[in-house]
Amino acid sequence: MSGTITHASTVAWLRAFAEVAAERRDELTELDAAIGDADHGVNMDRGMQAVVAGLDDPGEADGATPPSIGTLLKAVGMTLVSTVGGAAGPLYGTLFLRMAGAAGDRTELTLPEWAAALDAGVAGVQARGKAELDDKTMVDALRPAAAELAAAAAEDAPLADALRRSAAAARRGMEATIPLVARKGRASYLGERSAGHQDPGATSSWLLLDAAARTLTGDDDGGAGGL
Amino acid sequence: MKKLINRPEDVVREALAGVALAHADLVKVHTGPDYIVRADAPVRGKVGIVSGGGSGHEPMHGGFVGSGMLDAACPGEVFTSPTPDPILAATKAVDGGAGVLHIVKNYTGDVMNFEMAAELAEAEGIAVDAVVIDDDVAVRDSLYTAGRRGVGATVLAEKICGAAAEQRRPLDEVAGLCRRVNAQARSMGVALTSCTTPMAGKPTFDLGTDEIEVGVGIHGEPGRERRPLATAHNVVETLASAIVEDLSFSAGDSVLAFVNGLGGTPLMELYIVYNELHAFLESRGVTITRDLVGSYMTSLDMAGCSVTLLRLDDELTGLWDAPVRTPALRWGV
Repeated sequence: MSGTITHASTVAWLRAFAEVAAERRDELTELDAAIGDADHGVNMDRGMQAVVAGLDDPGEADGATPPSIGTLLKAVGMTLVSTVGGAAGPLYGTLFLRMAGAAGDRTELTLPEWAAALDAGVAGVQARGKAELDDKTMVDALRPAAAELAAAAAEDAPLADALRRSAAAARRGMEATIPLVARKGRASYLGERSAGHQDPGATSSWLLLDAAARTLTGDDDGGAGGL
Repeated sequence: MKKLINRPEDVVREALAGVALAHADLVKVHTGPDYIVRADAPVRGKVGIVSGGGSGHEPMHGGFVGSGMLDAACPGEVFTSPTPDPILAATKAVDGGAGVLHIVKNYTGDVMNFEMAAELAEAEGIAVDAVVIDDDVAVRDSLYTAGRRGVGATVLAEKICGAAAEQRRPLDEVAGLCRRVNAQARSMGVALTSCTTPMAGKPTFDLGTDEIEVGVGIHGEPGRERRPLATAHNVVETLASAIVEDLSFSAGDSVLAFVNGLGGTPLMELYIVYNELHAFLESRGVTITRDLVGSYMTSLDMAGCSVTLLRLDDELTGLWDAPVRTPALRWGV
């Protein structure tokens, strides 16, 4: 066994993503202004702030039973659905809700289990948004990242390596959206004029998986969650 | 920006408070989550009809809540889809045991938020059917885009389905009628000026003083082309030609003609447009047997109009004529 994902490291991941969503808020909104409706950064920041507020709320943590990763991810999904709005709310909400379903009531996940959860989440995003690869959406970052994670799991790669490879695949997918003509979402109304711009949804998806590579191994500041 | 508002971030909430006070006999306004619901909801044994979308298109949808039309409307922030939680709450509030129909305009955010709300409602044992309205002929290449936008046909579908639900028709029939209205209706709009959202404080797009945007969307999305300002005669010919090229209306057809103001155009100009539309259709042997002229689906303060044609048959005509009692549409009662 080459490392597992714990409740604490998942919390650290969510906090790290919230931090980077706040830092890059204006950048994401500017990408969206070029081909969408100029609210992606503001919306993701608002949603992740609400997620972090939920993490800070002691709520059910009685210390007796360790909380499950599925319960945590489900709460994140519901929060995003009700606070992000637009199209990103249902899409990111669905990602976390489907991951929650796959993670179930386990309190630790192995790399193959995490890869399966991410795959289920990405399949949910595709079903919700009816998007395929190369439609210039978040799927262009998520789908290659999930595939790379599954490949790494099949090779029995160490967890940290697998997460880094997955984030790198997301980054390549994000960069590859630049020349594409959008076929989904509001950007699709622009037709050819959408080419030459990096997709904002693919960018926030890369940030999410990049945060995973930095935190989910638990040897960053991953233990700092304290829940 | 010159608007009669207090703080930009409060416009939706304060407008809802005004609606609640002005129309207390017809509707109730629920806050947190926000939705407007018929005062007597749920109506036992009747299919409930819920619509919604971003605010800024008033009177759509909240002005159409009442007997003979919508049971509830979910307003999002300005030009932003509502989230699933108010849609779910509204769906539960109007479920009278016969199921609930969601009438959704085809915008990516609206479709996904309504879809999630429908899944959540079904998980709670409520039968939900959803119909997506996509009547805007300005968006041509629908295989490679998010598809045609939902515009004027939405108002007509809400009226016709509301009448059918009032007759206690079952959910599948009401949904079927909604699909028929969508299939038999086409629309196109034109902007003379941009709109200005309260939060942005400046016009959404730039349009020269002598330019018009043909095929504009109701959020100021770009249309088919920008061209010099022309006469009402020429503009109507452009809009109506695009519609009849897309869905052939032939000699002998009866239609409902809907001339809709986008918020900043006087009724006088809308009647000039209607007069031109009447002549255009008459010259093709198409008869306007029902009409609606006024600002019913607006885009804040945008000047301009949209034209919607719906091919009528006896059943649709009867349902259009049926009594309706809402803040914005009222007849027969």
